[in-house]
Amino acid sequence: MRQSRGLLYFIIFISVLSFYLNLPKDISLSKKILNKEFHFTLPRFQLNLKLGDTVFKRDMNFKKGLDLQGGMQVTLLADMEKIDRGQRQIALDSVKSVISRRVDLYGVSEASVKTSVTGDQYRLIVELPGIDKPQEALSLIGQTASLTFATPVYKTDAASPSAQPKLLDFAPSDLNGNDLSAAAVTFQTQDRQPAVSLKFKDSGRDKFAKLTKQYLGKPIAILLDQSILSAPTVQSEIVSGDAIITGKFTINEAKFLATQLNAGALPVPIRILSQKNISATLGDASLNQSLIAGGIGLAVVIVFMSLYYGWLGVISVIGLGIYGLITAALYRLIPVTLTLPGVAGFILSVGMAVDSNILIFERYKEEIRSGRPHNIALELGFGRAWNSIKDANLATIITGLILFNPLEWSFLNTSGSVRGFALTLILGILLSLFTGIIVTRTLLRIFFKGAKQKI
Amino acid sequence: MIDWMKYRYLYLAFSLLIIIPGLLSLFAYGLKLSIDFTGGTIMKLDGLKESKEVVITATKDLSPQIIESTGNSVTIRLKDINQSRADEIVAKLKPANKDIKLSSFETLGPAMGQETIKKTFYAILLASLLLLIHISHAFKRLKFGVSAILAMLHDSLVLLGIFSLLGHFAKIEIDLLFVTATLTVLSFSVHDTIVVFDRIREIMKHHSNLSMYEMANRAVSETMVRSLNNTLVLVFMLLALVLLGGMTTRNFALALLVGSISGAYSSPFTAVPLLVIWDDLRKKR
Repeated sequence: MRQSRGLLYFIIFISVLSFYLNLPKDISLSKKILNKEFHFTLPRFQLNLKLGDTVFKRDMNFKKGLDLQGGMQVTLLADMEKIDRGQRQIALDSVKSVISRRVDLYGVSEASVKTSVTGDQYRLIVELPGIDKPQEALSLIGQTASLTFATPVYKTDAASPSAQPKLLDFAPSDLNGNDLSAAAVTFQTQDRQPAVSLKFKDSGRDKFAKLTKQYLGKPIAILLDQSILSAPTVQSEIVSGDAIITGKFTINEAKFLATQLNAGALPVPIRILSQKNISATLGDASLNQSLIAGGIGLAVVIVFMSLYYGWLGVISVIGLGIYGLITAALYRLIPVTLTLPGVAGFILSVGMAVDSNILIFERYKEEIRSGRPHNIALELGFGRAWNSIKDANLATIITGLILFNPLEWSFLNTSGSVRGFALTLILGILLSLFTGIIVTRTLLRIFFKGAKQKI
Repeated sequence: MIDWMKYRYLYLAFSLLIIIPGLLSLFAYGLKLSIDFTGGTIMKLDGLKESKEVVITATKDLSPQIIESTGNSVTIRLKDINQSRADEIVAKLKPANKDIKLSSFETLGPAMGQETIKKTFYAILLASLLLLIHISHAFKRLKFGVSAILAMLHDSLVLLGIFSLLGHFAKIEIDLLFVTATLTVLSFSVHDTIVVFDRIREIMKHHSNLSMYEMANRAVSETMVRSLNNTLVLVFMLLALVLLGGMTTRNFALALLVGSISGAYSSPFTAVPLLVIWDDLRKKR
């Protein structure tokens, strides 16, 4: 019994915590006590943890998938025909980096660009939430990256010819991405600082030598899609075709620059494989309708459980309520991107959670019928039901994992919507095992006294 | 106690009664596949003033098909076209329908669909194999695993057959979500079967002298109430989603509904009879 009490406090703690995590916004309370006004604001929970380099930040909003929020999803095929087999992955990463940059410049928040390689097919999946001019975004994304080296243009002040000339602009030169063979991150010999090395093709070596000779001590800009990526100053004339860009780079900055340069060196034409535009209103209406339907279904289940199992049923419904709170809090915390199939996965896991309860109650009734006292019947019911609950839910988790495909096996599904469904299903089942075994069991031990109560 | 297993061949016959028309339909009509599998374009036009026919006329060379038509909006399916082509079509209709708007647009190349079918097939194969291992291991005998997997395939046949019929007569399409539903139904079915098998396992432990026939009867009797109640709960939830839920989840919920009813039936009336028949055959030899 003492153990049960401890668990009860734990359950109350978890429930209150989950409830707090689910608060929609800051809540301010003000009270007048003894003619003095007290103001107190219960701030909304936000996470902002820093562990070394990894930042763990959560604003605790539900993340909605494209089908609920509206937006555009495009699957692009990168045409790798002209790229060496060994360099294809680098080229794909570069395309990804370039597209991410364009999307950022276009001003789409929470956009995502993912790569997927299936057999010989190199793909990019771009998701742009809340886009209302798909055509415009498409033409922006679909371009092949263009890299040019540009030379500085100076203006000498006519009034004081002796003064330092002012840097006005950069003018494109004849040296471009086609002349570049590859870029990579390297470390300088003296101080081990990260830097980026450039290797030019034969066609580019002489052009680059000419540029470095002409603009010694001056900056040369590297333009990607007409905007400046980097503008290093020429330190010496380079005739070998191998250059190094130094600067106060962190490793990540150097990697980023090298990837972007490679996009110019390894130009990959892309074309659209599939496209999906979803209007936000369509998603909203559909979601609301499904949520209402789910709510009605749930209400019927609650009534059924309470009528059929009486007090037992009522307690299990409370257990399910706590289950819902914890699930919602976890969705916000992880965060789980909610899609329509995801919501369906959650509803299914509720079904499985109710099933665990029914299994236990039926076992309990059997034990009571065979003449066991109430508290022993309860423990036996739990123990006996556990075997089947465990094996049955394990089977569902196996299927869930195949759908979720955590190891990214390319012969299995990698589509986002199926994965969303699998994730909420797996999470739901794990949580329902927890609430079934810890929460409902403890509540029953403490609040269900059997005997006179109808079962 | 009810002698459930006396009618074991009748249950299988009843299953065949459902499965055979479905199979015939599968061979005759096949499945009505959505663009997720065939490739193509689906677009929804809102704010249409003229009759829906103008959309068909405007897209004549793209083999148009009206999928849904409500109020002044229409959803059509076409050969796969790109966004600018769709915009052209809208522009062409604009003069006569000034509020016309392309409210949703979806296009898929044909290659993607083939891949989905292959991947689904692998997923079902892998799931069957892993579940066979899991169940045979949990119940220490291969026959449990085999019976459960057969019951599971029974449910997928029922589901595919019924959706083939629905596709032909009610124009309901099979899409990516249907694949998800199928895989879920498989796990449902196994989930349910395991509960009954668990009962047999327990009876076996305490009464090792009973025959499989008697154990099966007891197990089915003892799990029947739970089975009915659980199915009812699922049916409540899914029926609400089918009748009241949004368009996007309706067919998905319908697939789950069909599957979970079949899954609930197949545990006591397919998987368990198969176990008993397995033992019958062993004895005869």
